[in-house]
Amino acid sequence: MILWQLFLSFAQVGLFAIGGGYAAMPLIQAQVTQAHAWLTPLEFADLVTLAEMTPGPIAINAATFVGTRLAGATGAAVATLGCVLPSVVLVSALSFVYLRWRSKPLFKGVLGCLRAAVAALIAAAGLTLLRLALFGASPVAPENLRWLNLILFAGALAALRRLRWNPILTLLLCGAVGVAVGVATGMA
Amino acid sequence: MSNPSPLRRLWVLFRSMLVISAFTFGGGFVIVSLMKKRFVDELGWLEEEEMLDMIALAQTCPGPIAVNCAVLVGWRVAGSAGMLSAVLGTVLPPMVVLGLVSLAYDRFAGNRYAALALRGMQAGVAAILADVALGLVGKVLRAGDGLRIALMAAAFVAVAFFRVNAVWILLAAALAGTIAALRRKGGGAT
Repeated sequence: MILWQLFLSFAQVGLFAIGGGYAAMPLIQAQVTQAHAWLTPLEFADLVTLAEMTPGPIAINAATFVGTRLAGATGAAVATLGCVLPSVVLVSALSFVYLRWRSKPLFKGVLGCLRAAVAALIAAAGLTLLRLALFGASPVAPENLRWLNLILFAGALAALRRLRWNPILTLLLCGAVGVAVGVATGMA
Repeated sequence: MSNPSPLRRLWVLFRSMLVISAFTFGGGFVIVSLMKKRFVDELGWLEEEEMLDMIALAQTCPGPIAVNCAVLVGWRVAGSAGMLSAVLGTVLPPMVVLGLVSLAYDRFAGNRYAALALRGMQAGVAAILADVALGLVGKVLRAGDGLRIALMAAAFVAVAFFRVNAVWILLAAALAGTIAALRRKGGGAT
């Protein structure tokens, strides 16, 4: 029963991948290329590329890709449901605890420190993405710098902070400028 | 804070997550940064501190961070119906986009315009995270709590330069917070 197997496999991914996409990738690989021969290693590499080029959580992307391949739209829906169900149950329980006890003094102290850590995590993730935007996979060196992206980054940051631009529109505008400049300079 | 009808609230919640999820490349922290801008800065539905708590909790639970965060925000904003509409809004765009793209993989992956657009959007994504991070870091610094500032600096170095898993960082921060709170309590009693 392929649908049930899809559900179970992605429920395991959803249940054991702690810490986001990078933690989920090896688990997905184990499920779809080893536990089941659903994808060849090459197809798995395609999946990773696709997941990076399309929006949304990597685990959901993987669930949709594998589900569609094996059982069409129903497969995609079942695999995605398996992937999110463990989170929905666990996090709902946690949400209940949080909303109930967050104003207790001990909890408040802990949450204050967690907030400081989250600020650091977002800053670190931003640094990683900035490096990716400016240098791609190449080493950080002046000759590898993507000048256009440096200008886009500075412009977008100023627009977001000073002019309070809508972030989604800012993002789309960056993509549009990237295409326009690429076409103008003959990269496409 | 505006007080729209419950049904309207669910719709705005669903639509917000749908839009955010449809345009988010680059992992969980991008989507939670956009959620912060939407639900705290634009709609005023959540306090900034609540949003940060939710990001921390979402990160320590298994599963996609975006989905976990949607569950937390959904419950807080509109109960179980809110949770369901937020999760649905989060998972629909990647399902539809990937379902379509996986049918025409070769044409999409080799498309130069898609590659150029994605490259430009990387700069935009980095700018969004920098914007949110600058705001949050500035706030922690201005609050002037020595422990939290030290914790933030240590966490940044650990993740950015030593690639320590975020889950360990949050557990360590929770431990430091607990010890500090207990000591303060003990100090107050004597």
